[in-house]
Amino acid sequence: MSHLVVLPFLLPIFGGLLLLLPPIQNALNHQRIFAIFTSILLILVSATLLHTSYTQGTQLYMLGGWQPPFGIALVADPLASLLVLLTAILGLAAILFACSGDDETGMYYHTLILLLIAGVNGAFLTGDLFNLFVCFEILLIASYALLVHGGGKHKTQASLHYVILNLVGSSIFLIALGILYGMLGTLNIADMARKLPLLTEDDQLLVKVAGLLLLVVFGLKSAMLPLHFWLPRTYASASAPVAAMFAIMTKVGIYSIFRVHTVIFGENAGNLAFMAQYWLWPIAILTLFMGAVGALASSNLRLLTANMILISIGTLLVGTAIASEQAAGASFYYLLHTTFVSAAMFLIADLISRQRGKAEDRFVQARQMKQRDLLAGLFFIAAVAMVGMPPLSGFIGKALLLQSADSGAAMLWSWSAILLAGLAAIIALSRAGTTLFWRVSSINDEGEKVPTAKLIAIVMLLSCSPLMVIFAGPITAVTTTAAAVLHDPALSVDALLPTITQQLGGY
Amino acid sequence: MEMLFALCVGVLTTCGVFMILRSRTFPVVIGLTLLGYAVNLFLFSTGRLSINSAAIIGSTTEYADPLPQALVLTAIVIGFAMTAFVVILAMRGRGDLGNDHVDGRIPEHSSLSDKERK
Repeated sequence: MSHLVVLPFLLPIFGGLLLLLPPIQNALNHQRIFAIFTSILLILVSATLLHTSYTQGTQLYMLGGWQPPFGIALVADPLASLLVLLTAILGLAAILFACSGDDETGMYYHTLILLLIAGVNGAFLTGDLFNLFVCFEILLIASYALLVHGGGKHKTQASLHYVILNLVGSSIFLIALGILYGMLGTLNIADMARKLPLLTEDDQLLVKVAGLLLLVVFGLKSAMLPLHFWLPRTYASASAPVAAMFAIMTKVGIYSIFRVHTVIFGENAGNLAFMAQYWLWPIAILTLFMGAVGALASSNLRLLTANMILISIGTLLVGTAIASEQAAGASFYYLLHTTFVSAAMFLIADLISRQRGKAEDRFVQARQMKQRDLLAGLFFIAAVAMVGMPPLSGFIGKALLLQSADSGAAMLWSWSAILLAGLAAIIALSRAGTTLFWRVSSINDEGEKVPTAKLIAIVMLLSCSPLMVIFAGPITAVTTTAAAVLHDPALSVDALLPTITQQLGGY
Repeated sequence: MEMLFALCVGVLTTCGVFMILRSRTFPVVIGLTLLGYAVNLFLFSTGRLSINSAAIIGSTTEYADPLPQALVLTAIVIGFAMTAFVVILAMRGRGDLGNDHVDGRIPEHSSLSDKERK
């Protein structure tokens, strides 16, 4: 049994803990070098894992050697490993960006980022619902600390809401887990999917309640409609690299919806098949609508980016609502794209606000930026990718997703909602660009230049967008395989329970 | 026993939800704690309620499901850490924002006296 699967989880935890020990902890430079080294190592490990799971099929890792329905299993299928790689790249960017100053405003920045990465990776890799809860808590507590990192009134206020909401969310998660365990007698996702059709009708009702409670929890994490109020303010008040890193956390919620509501409550669930889709359609459309309204009403660039994240969540929810293999594949491509681009946009917003004096990133007339051409260029690329115009990756992602909505009603709703939200995004972003770069009151050369490390981090994230276009073939091949594995019960359920399946085969 | 247990969980949840909906941070923290207790009790009951049964095979004729007990332990530890964090955050909010309202400012139409309002 290869230990490769558990490395993306262990590496950042041990990296983060080693950062606390004296030889590294004494000097900030040592911390930075070590954190960058760890995250580069993590990218290599994740890439190897993706390659292994893509070429050799899903990798199953049994913690402590306990057989799956009883012990905790880690499952590295192409989807999970792809998202682990995404997290690793994002983590490197967040660490690199913070190295030129943001990590000095408080303590333990690098440790917390690495622990956050560990939690996110654990949530992606786990094949056990309770372990998913534990990993959620790891990433949440790291995110609580990161949110208040650097201090300030706005951060305290935003994080108070964020922490309380997520604590309530955790309680609901546990209630749902309790019901599921009480009814199904297992917490292994694959085993749940196997046992669900065997329930009596009364028990199915209880499981349905639990499944919908899980949808509420994942909806809270991913900021879908009635539970999205925390997102704009939280993301806008976090410091730039933290906000960039948070771009992955909403995707953890989306990933969990895909995992739980495809594998457990998917087409083989009998009466409960696709029960979430009934709710997901209106929620997805309304999330898109609210995101669009929020984007048009935003008064600064960070708030605008947070609302763009809301639009991307709505788009991804449309992908979950369509619930076909093709839509899932398209959503995964779009998910990669939107995470990179919205993270880059948060970082660009930080650079812009540092060069505009007191106006920061608000959409008001202000002095000209010192490096206006550079920042405008970066903003333009990010904006084009974000609204989904050709030639960048947003266009391909949206086109794939729209293509997958083939039936009449689904096509009508998803096409109109996604395209109209795109139009609102174009209006909002072009208004932002014109105000920020062209409405200039005075020209002076004060202010700091953009540090190289920050520029590298942004260019790294932004270059992922054209790269995703150039290598669209191989990437869509991976996302299509990931969707196929998720939708195939033989691969996403039976293959993960080797002992049970063998016994059944033997009789 | 089932009735008593269910009532306990129900009452705790109700009180917890009521307290969470208050506008000051301290009642909210109390509410989160109560909700945590309710959830822990509920998780414990998912292994079915039974008397005189240990979670070790061989020691009694009937034995309890050990997994919910392990889950509850994990949930207690996590809940404890989270409560500690939210208490510290609430205190910092009181210091940073000058009041203990969850929104960081006392709304115009609140029932508080003018003296309390900043």
